[in-house]
Amino acid sequence: MNIQNIIDEIEKVDANIYDRISPRRKAMKNFFNIGSKVALSAVPLALGSMFNKAYGQTTGTIVDVLQFALTLEYLESDFYDTGLKSAGLIPSGAPMGAITTICQHEKAHVKFLQDTITSLGTTPVTKPSFDFTAKGTFPTVFSNYDTFLAVAQAFEDTGVRAYKGQAGNLKGNAGVLTAALNIHSVEARHASHIRQMRKAQGADVKPWITLNNSGIGAVVNNVYAGEETTMQAMLEITNINGQAISANAASEAFDEPLTKDQVLQIVTPFLA
Amino acid sequence: MKNLKNEEDQLLSEKVDGFLTANVQRRSFLKYAGAGAASIALLAAGCKKDMNSDDMGVSFGTGDTAVLNYAYALEQLEAAFYIQVLNFPYESMNANEKSLLTDIRDHEIAHREFFKSAIGANAIPELKVNFSTINFNSRDSVLGTAKAFEDLGVSAYNGAGQYIALGDYLVLAGKIVSVEGRHAALIRDLISNGTFADNTVIDAMGLDKSRTPQEVFAIAGAYVVTKLNLNTLPG
Repeated sequence: MNIQNIIDEIEKVDANIYDRISPRRKAMKNFFNIGSKVALSAVPLALGSMFNKAYGQTTGTIVDVLQFALTLEYLESDFYDTGLKSAGLIPSGAPMGAITTICQHEKAHVKFLQDTITSLGTTPVTKPSFDFTAKGTFPTVFSNYDTFLAVAQAFEDTGVRAYKGQAGNLKGNAGVLTAALNIHSVEARHASHIRQMRKAQGADVKPWITLNNSGIGAVVNNVYAGEETTMQAMLEITNINGQAISANAASEAFDEPLTKDQVLQIVTPFLA
Repeated sequence: MKNLKNEEDQLLSEKVDGFLTANVQRRSFLKYAGAGAASIALLAAGCKKDMNSDDMGVSFGTGDTAVLNYAYALEQLEAAFYIQVLNFPYESMNANEKSLLTDIRDHEIAHREFFKSAIGANAIPELKVNFSTINFNSRDSVLGTAKAFEDLGVSAYNGAGQYIALGDYLVLAGKIVSVEGRHAALIRDLISNGTFADNTVIDAMGLDKSRTPQEVFAIAGAYVVTKLNLNTLPG
């Protein structure tokens, strides 16, 4: 793991990180100089206690959110990894290139979250065993390209909704919040592209979520529940202020969050 | 500075009241005229003292209002751009592209109007934009600009999240930023399929970009005619 990278990343958005950790920036520099000389295994614990001190009591909640996010990233990275290793599943060329890119991002997210959790003084959760058929709901997930893409869409849209639902729990830590937002928008980019890949295969979907339509079927209803809303902060978006905004566009223009329980309900069938 | 500002406001309001009062003697008039001149002097001093150079444009307000107005400004810019794109479609725009770009336009208008209504009386005015550097007849120019706007929008929301005090507003920003991310990916794929999240926007850790308001306006400012005062924006 690269501690300096994590701190640098946090510093980009929380300029006061060094001050939070230590009132004297110089002391931090000294810490890293020493850190490079002592056993690396001793560093995460020390760093974790520094973060605890810096961000106080919110660290527990924040670690919980990160562990939850890590579990979702394990799910996604394992899914794409298995897909890429399934001979004849993903067509060569653009599709193979896109899935490879997405898989690399999910793996990078796993590593980033593991490193961040470790630096907060906690052991990252281990990767669970997955059943991507969801107990037989998607028996052809790694043999039928369309099924694979449908499950990918459900995972990406769930990921977007899950991060969004946790943002509020990260408010106590500007660095972690921003990093989570920076992952969140990557998941949205993935979702957009996977949807375009499905459209190329003939599915009736757009890059954005129209009402609660999935173009998949009732088995993913939980993934899209609530996306159909056209009300935001008690304002009706359809035809807002006399503008010709359809209900479809009104629902597409805002992605909705999911609670942790809602996400677990979606993900649980995929746990072996 | 605050006292000076209060004093200046008081002087200005006295001046207005004075003119509205029926019996204005010549002598009083001179007095009020003098007050006016003094207030201008105070205003000038204020500018010099705590504001960057002559940057005295539209104020975004403070706290969450400033962040919401910031988002409102960006959504105004995006909406204006896509309205123009659909009003003057480039020649090679096919039905699929037109449908997708129309959706995006409507999303941006929905965002713009949402912020306008949500911010209410504290909302910044309608911004004047200038798209003269964009060739709306050219697919490359239009999609290239769209890509810049969408990537910029994503990074702006990502960078602003940490400054939002109220949890509900943070979630609202989150609801919008992922849609901007979907737009960005689509536009990028229209330009070159497979570039939805390439390494020009996503780093080795798999993270998208964040930008400060100052960084955002350094780019977006080229299209905004209305003078903006960024002093109360965080970052």
